[in-house]
Amino acid sequence: MTAPLIIFFVLATLAVGGALSLIFQKHPIHSALSLIVVMVALAGLYLLMGAEFVAAVQIIVYGGAIMVLFVFVIMLLNAGIEEHTNFSKLAGFPGLLLAFALTGFIAATIARSTDTVQAASQPGNMASTRDLSTMIFKDFVYPFELTSFLILVAVLGAIVLAQREAKP
Amino acid sequence: MNAFLYANAWLIITVVKVALLLFIVLTVNAYLTWFERKVVAHIQSRWGPHRVGPHGLLQPMADGLKFLFKEDPTPAGVDRFVYFLAPLVALALALTSIAIIPFGPDPLPWKILGQTIYLGILPPNVNIGILALFAITALGVYGVALAGWSSNSKYPLLGGLRSSAQMISYELALTLSVVGVLLIAGSFNLTEIINDQTSRYGILGWNIFPQFLGFLCFFTAAVAETNRVPFDLPEAESELVAGFHTEYASFKFAMFFIAEYTSMITVSCLCAILFFGGWLSPFPASWTWTYYLPTALLLPAGLWVIWDGLHYETIFGKVILPGIGAVLCILAIALVIFPGVNNYIQAPFWLLSKIFVFLFVYVWMRGTLPRLRYDQLMAFGWKMLLPVSIANVVITSFAILRWGAIK
Repeated sequence: MTAPLIIFFVLATLAVGGALSLIFQKHPIHSALSLIVVMVALAGLYLLMGAEFVAAVQIIVYGGAIMVLFVFVIMLLNAGIEEHTNFSKLAGFPGLLLAFALTGFIAATIARSTDTVQAASQPGNMASTRDLSTMIFKDFVYPFELTSFLILVAVLGAIVLAQREAKP
Repeated sequence: MNAFLYANAWLIITVVKVALLLFIVLTVNAYLTWFERKVVAHIQSRWGPHRVGPHGLLQPMADGLKFLFKEDPTPAGVDRFVYFLAPLVALALALTSIAIIPFGPDPLPWKILGQTIYLGILPPNVNIGILALFAITALGVYGVALAGWSSNSKYPLLGGLRSSAQMISYELALTLSVVGVLLIAGSFNLTEIINDQTSRYGILGWNIFPQFLGFLCFFTAAVAETNRVPFDLPEAESELVAGFHTEYASFKFAMFFIAEYTSMITVSCLCAILFFGGWLSPFPASWTWTYYLPTALLLPAGLWVIWDGLHYETIFGKVILPGIGAVLCILAIALVIFPGVNNYIQAPFWLLSKIFVFLFVYVWMRGTLPRLRYDQLMAFGWKMLLPVSIANVVITSFAILRWGAIK
């Protein structure tokens, strides 16, 4: 076993474990913490693949900004321990079926191809910052700008909704 | 044995470097508390610590021992896991961020176990330097926020809430204010950012001149990120007892303390590197006499400490202070005798001097500025700092488009 492979398995275990813990934890803050573990482990995996920029942005945006907001809101509402109710019937049977189907599909894909699995655990130069920025700001500049416009609209919408109504 | 050492040379050297850096940073931290208390005391016309050791020099050691031996009660109703995790997260992240900082341009002149040794944990060709730092800072808020939440008490909760809101707001300005520097240097690599500031005229090549606005925004936002006066709302003692660490005692409290001081050091390093030329000398390269500045600084300092020690009241001081002075004088003389060593320490000397200046500014601000009101803090972050740093990015981009990068 080479060092990158060991690191890959450690990070992968962390990510999967964090994701499971996210679902099974009773307290919202613990779930949020598990999600942070998943984010950081994913960033580690990106770093292992040589995508330094993506790894850093993953932590800054997801691990930092978004999850801080989650934690902030949970703290602000002072949400307590959740009571787990019975599973809904709809989620029970078809959900399990779908989960098995998805797992089977992924397993089959992994079993068929040999390169991709290897690639995930091997260091390489996937995307340099320069390539990435060329792609975003040159090749896909219109979709990119459209997305930012969409986010702007969402922000404006949130502000309008959150505004106190002016008294007549 | 030897073969094993050579085969794992890289790993062993990194571990040794980490241990050494941790030792240095923690010692500097301890004496930073002494320095802060002394400077603030003198600003307020007091003496500051002067009972434990000569000039209170052993005070940090006494404080450390006190932290270790104090009772460490866990309040009732805390979320135990998170309560213990929070100080760990705060300290670990603060210490990790120091690993990114390069402390000098040249590797050590000799190789150890066949490896080239650079000053700093990471080799100088790591491309995401500054981004990695921001990533670590971005996670740093969890230490404070979780400590506030898990304590199961009102004041810490308010402190934690304030700190998360504050950090989200100021992180934007912090990141945006650096973009100007990145545009000029064209790299995320801290070593390259410093080398890009090289100029024939020394100080005139530094980023502080084209990026003055950026520096103001950066320093303000960074002070807010480190929860220091005048932005220390999360621990405002007049309103919140002690804010997020009210319920922490003993060494868990010390961990928050060390984390705060370590992030002060990191921010000072960053200010020096991004805007003040890092390890570059402020004088033109042709002025070779500036190479004797470290000597010229160490020798009078050493002589003064000896003189002061001989006149000190206690016997202990009469021994320790002249001892320190003698070491400083010997160092100064050694630098004159060995020009190779003198040349080598020039870069770290300048970097450390700049870091020291920024640490002094931190303490200075603590001694002079009043705390902001919370709504003022938020309004300042969003309505002032953020637009200014965005304007800085826009202006810098246009200037680079119009006239090209300055060099």
